[in-house]
Amino acid sequence: MARVLLVEDDPAVQKGVTLALKRRGHEVEVAGSGETGLFALERFRPDLVLLDLMLPQMSGLEVCRRIRESKQVPVIILSARDDEIDMVVGLEAGADDYIIKPASGEIIEARMKAVLRRVAPAQDSRAAAPATTEAERHGALTVDRTTLVVAKHGTELALAPSELKLLLFLSATPGQVYDRHQLLEQVWEHSFYGDVRLVDACVMRLRAKIEDDPRKPVYVQTVRGFGYRFGPLP
Amino acid sequence: MNFRLRVPRGLRVRLVVAVLLAVAFGALLTAGLTFRQARSSTLERTQETAVADLRMQLDSLAPGMTFPPRTEDLRDLSRQLDRAGGSRAWRSSASYRGSTPVPASPGAPPVPEDLREAVQRTSQAAYQRFDRDGRPWLAVGMPVAYAAHRPGTAGKLSGLAVYAAFPLDDEQADISALVTAAQAGAVPALVLALVPALFAARSVLRPVRRLRGGAERITAGELGTRLDAQGHDELADLTRSFNTMAETLQKDDTELRRMEAGARRFAADVAHELRTPLAAMTVVTEVLDEDAAAGVLPEDTADAVRLVSDEIRALARMVEDLMEVSRFDAKAAPLHAEELDLRTLVAKTLQLRGWEGDARVTTDLPVPLPVRADPRRVDVILANLIGNALRHGLPPVTVTGRTAHDQVLITVTDHGPGIPEDVLPHVFERFYKAETARTRSEGSGLGLAIAYENAHLHGGTLTAANAPGGGAVFTLTLPLATAPQEPR
Repeated sequence: MARVLLVEDDPAVQKGVTLALKRRGHEVEVAGSGETGLFALERFRPDLVLLDLMLPQMSGLEVCRRIRESKQVPVIILSARDDEIDMVVGLEAGADDYIIKPASGEIIEARMKAVLRRVAPAQDSRAAAPATTEAERHGALTVDRTTLVVAKHGTELALAPSELKLLLFLSATPGQVYDRHQLLEQVWEHSFYGDVRLVDACVMRLRAKIEDDPRKPVYVQTVRGFGYRFGPLP
Repeated sequence: MNFRLRVPRGLRVRLVVAVLLAVAFGALLTAGLTFRQARSSTLERTQETAVADLRMQLDSLAPGMTFPPRTEDLRDLSRQLDRAGGSRAWRSSASYRGSTPVPASPGAPPVPEDLREAVQRTSQAAYQRFDRDGRPWLAVGMPVAYAAHRPGTAGKLSGLAVYAAFPLDDEQADISALVTAAQAGAVPALVLALVPALFAARSVLRPVRRLRGGAERITAGELGTRLDAQGHDELADLTRSFNTMAETLQKDDTELRRMEAGARRFAADVAHELRTPLAAMTVVTEVLDEDAAAGVLPEDTADAVRLVSDEIRALARMVEDLMEVSRFDAKAAPLHAEELDLRTLVAKTLQLRGWEGDARVTTDLPVPLPVRADPRRVDVILANLIGNALRHGLPPVTVTGRTAHDQVLITVTDHGPGIPEDVLPHVFERFYKAETARTRSEGSGLGLAIAYENAHLHGGTLTAANAPGGGAVFTLTLPLATAPQEPR
């Protein structure tokens, strides 16, 4: 089971989420503010962070950016704000998923599991088939599916779990076009419509990290009216 | 008979016609009176001149008459009078004691009977106009008195009467000239009157047009419209009243908008504030449910716990629906439209809601249904319609899809009793309760209202009706996508 860090200032939500997750066998650490959350990140070393956006002093967005600077730990934003713009901004700050409050314990756990599976794709039955130890080369990119290391010109890239899983999924079948719904289902395991912004935001972040010029992408290309594909590389 | 005078419709035409009619009436009246006066004075002068001439001739000829005169004497007198007629060139005749007038020549016009009688009766000079050969003539009759120098009978009427008739050609020409002059004056006067008429129409019409423009702008929603009111006439007063009205309207409108915006913001704020406590409650409902189901709680506590968790779910759903409604009210509901086949969407909705493979729900989707729509919003509509049909109607629930006239039609039909006729017009209203006795329905009471708004957001419609054999029929129409795209 997972070690979860909950950064949330409302005591009722703290208690509720803790109760629900502990019942499901997870270990939960609570931080009442962004600063204590960042501190607990070092000390508690969670598998996953549940992050509220509206926090005193340091906002959830800032916390998310700080985490992304150095860590690859999955971050799920848990917010009562459901405006498009809040969601987009949160995802662009580096979050792997976005849950709108109120949400049941079931939903939270399902999303957590989906995000956590991204960092352990070896346990996924589909990924088990190509048991290659060789790292794939795509232009300047090196993708090692066993060690989950992505490097560009030999330099290892710090990718968020959702970015990593998106890249692994797309690069497995170069040239194949996927629409946003397919990517949402495959990478985020969201089985409902909507939230395709999640895909767009993640593609944007991934491009910022792997492309030479994110405005003229060569690795993750847009196919107008359909979706995205990996390559073909020039 | 369907004869009706067509009144010109435009204000300008009516004003111009009215002014022209007034001018024409005035001109006709003036010309008519002038003509009458001129005509009668011309004729009077002619008559007087003729009488004076005749009397003068008689004064010199009559004394030579012997009495009683013979017919020859009368003819001689007539001839002499004709010869002395001078410029008038009259044709005269004479009679004695009421006998037939004797003309100078047989071609002379007969003396009118009326004139003869008048002369006999009144013993005074008389005139009469008559037409002969299409020309106007004037006949003058005059009794002759005995000459003043005859002793005993001086001044007494002799019984002799003289008549003279002459054509009024010159006078006729003068009168014709008068008519021509009146005509020549009236027509230019009418034409000239057109100019002030048009000016008058313009001066009335301009403010009227401006008022109309202002009213149209206000109707179009430009409540800040004001017109400048110049002058002190009635139209300026009307314009000022218009401005006052516009000001009042604008003030009321602003106030209403402010209040409405406030009410909407309040609803949105309330819903939003409810979210945080609901977040805490929702996340633990499964804990409550599990314990209630596990039998670890006393029976009545378990019942209470189940009730609470149900209510929490209902509350959470209602808050979500309220927030959605407030987004629609604020026109802040975003539409992320994409090209898709509605059949895929129906299958997805059924699968997500656990209705896939459910015998109670059947689908009939024979042709591709390409639409450009927001899948999340269409899913909300479909889930609501199918869910409602299952809850309030009877299975089987049929989802039918077809295309017609650039539209995609999806109908959801159940086999229940249908919707009561008095309820039908209200099914899409917020919080409308079909059964008034039941205070709360299973849903939030906002589901159909949201579905309706979602359909309209797509430029489509959502309607409710009853099938002929009973059962409710909800029809969703969405615009057909022109270029259907299959993403796979």
